[in-house]
Amino acid sequence: MFKITTRTIVAIGIGAALFMLLFMYVKIPSPIPETSFMTAYGLGAFMATVFGPIAGGLIQFIGHALSDAIQYGSPWWSWVIASGVAGFLYGFAFKRTRVEKGEFKGKDILTFNVIQIIGNVIAWVIVAPVLDILIYQEPVNLVITQGLVAALMNSISAGVFGTLLLIAYSATRTKKGSLSKS
Amino acid sequence: MNAKTKLFSYDIVDSPIHSLSGLTKLICFLLLTFAVMYSYDIRVILAVMLFAALIMKLSKIKFSQIKLMVLYVLIFVLTNAVISFLFAPEMGVEIYGTRTVVIDLPGKFDITAEQLLYSTTKLFKYTSVIPFGIIFLLTTNPSEFASSLNRIRVHYKIAYAVALTLRYFPDVQRDYHDISQAQQARGLELSRKASLFNRIKNGLLIIIPLIFSSLDRIETISNAMDLRGFGKSNTRTWYTSRKMKSNDYVAIFISALIFIATASVSIFINKSRFYNPFI
Repeated sequence: MFKITTRTIVAIGIGAALFMLLFMYVKIPSPIPETSFMTAYGLGAFMATVFGPIAGGLIQFIGHALSDAIQYGSPWWSWVIASGVAGFLYGFAFKRTRVEKGEFKGKDILTFNVIQIIGNVIAWVIVAPVLDILIYQEPVNLVITQGLVAALMNSISAGVFGTLLLIAYSATRTKKGSLSKS
Repeated sequence: MNAKTKLFSYDIVDSPIHSLSGLTKLICFLLLTFAVMYSYDIRVILAVMLFAALIMKLSKIKFSQIKLMVLYVLIFVLTNAVISFLFAPEMGVEIYGTRTVVIDLPGKFDITAEQLLYSTTKLFKYTSVIPFGIIFLLTTNPSEFASSLNRIRVHYKIAYAVALTLRYFPDVQRDYHDISQAQQARGLELSRKASLFNRIKNGLLIIIPLIFSSLDRIETISNAMDLRGFGKSNTRTWYTSRKMKSNDYVAIFISALIFIATASVSIFINKSRFYNPFI
């Protein structure tokens, strides 16, 4: 599960580049300030499920840090770390679904979504606010509200966009037992 | 392409900052940003800001290069100040332990001197780190950045992943642009003419081919790297790493001095992260 192969390294590199692109261009603003609906987390959850927790964590950490740096000049460390934690936790869906065997329905969708929701809640409701308070001394009720909104929106993003991507991906894999003797 | 593509553009310019090695700049960037991140003393922060402006001048960065970034940051810090006031108007009072009302407003939204100090400090705190990031990004060769990461003891495989990200980001961006144009030529509506739901759906029709072509690319690149024996040894050398020179040590020394100075102001003079003029 935590093995790093050359393929994992490349997946981290390319995945983080994709994450950056989606993070910067493909988002929908929400009514709560400083939060928006990020399609990037759907991609993160997808990559984590296909390539494992190390890949997921680093894709989101590197992608978030670099896009923050490009847009704002300096990364917002507490949320960058939370992104990494979320990506790592999404990775626990790695090898727990049948996506590599060409099947992603019912039970697999449920497993994936339970894991990504737990990951989002831990990352955005616990890690991000605690770090915000420790590093930046932001008001407590503000960071908790932002965290709750982020957890909700990223769960929807991973749930809808991530699930769709996994279904599409499973269709490209060879099904087990798809060859028959004639 | 649009203006954002050019944001991360490293230019070769002859300046004292450009001539520093990537490793030096990374260490200085980390020292200086952590110095400001810890301190909530407006005097310290303003001093660091002044220093940042000086470095900016030295590195010959033009304002036109950073205009868009400055705008983003301003919007961000101002909304942050407003909403943190709406959520916790008494945050300053809580921190400084006194309450001096400046303007009496109905409800809990009195404007206090403490809140004003807290908000201004925070505003400057967030803006003062921006120049360092900008200077770092615009004066460091992206491929040298990976070798610098490796030299501050980040494992070379991870440093290599970062190098791949920087290398392929422009490619991914170009693919995104190409796919979007191709889909629009086939009649996909992305402008305001389509409803929000359709715009989201059509947006996905661009992203999905992009992601799947990138998955193929991952296979190609990792096979190429495996064939060349990537990851066989525990260390590797870097084509772009530079030797440390005397000016590198001077730069690190100055940054370390600033870091120690800000930390000791917090520890010995203020005895907390906050500077409290109210007691």
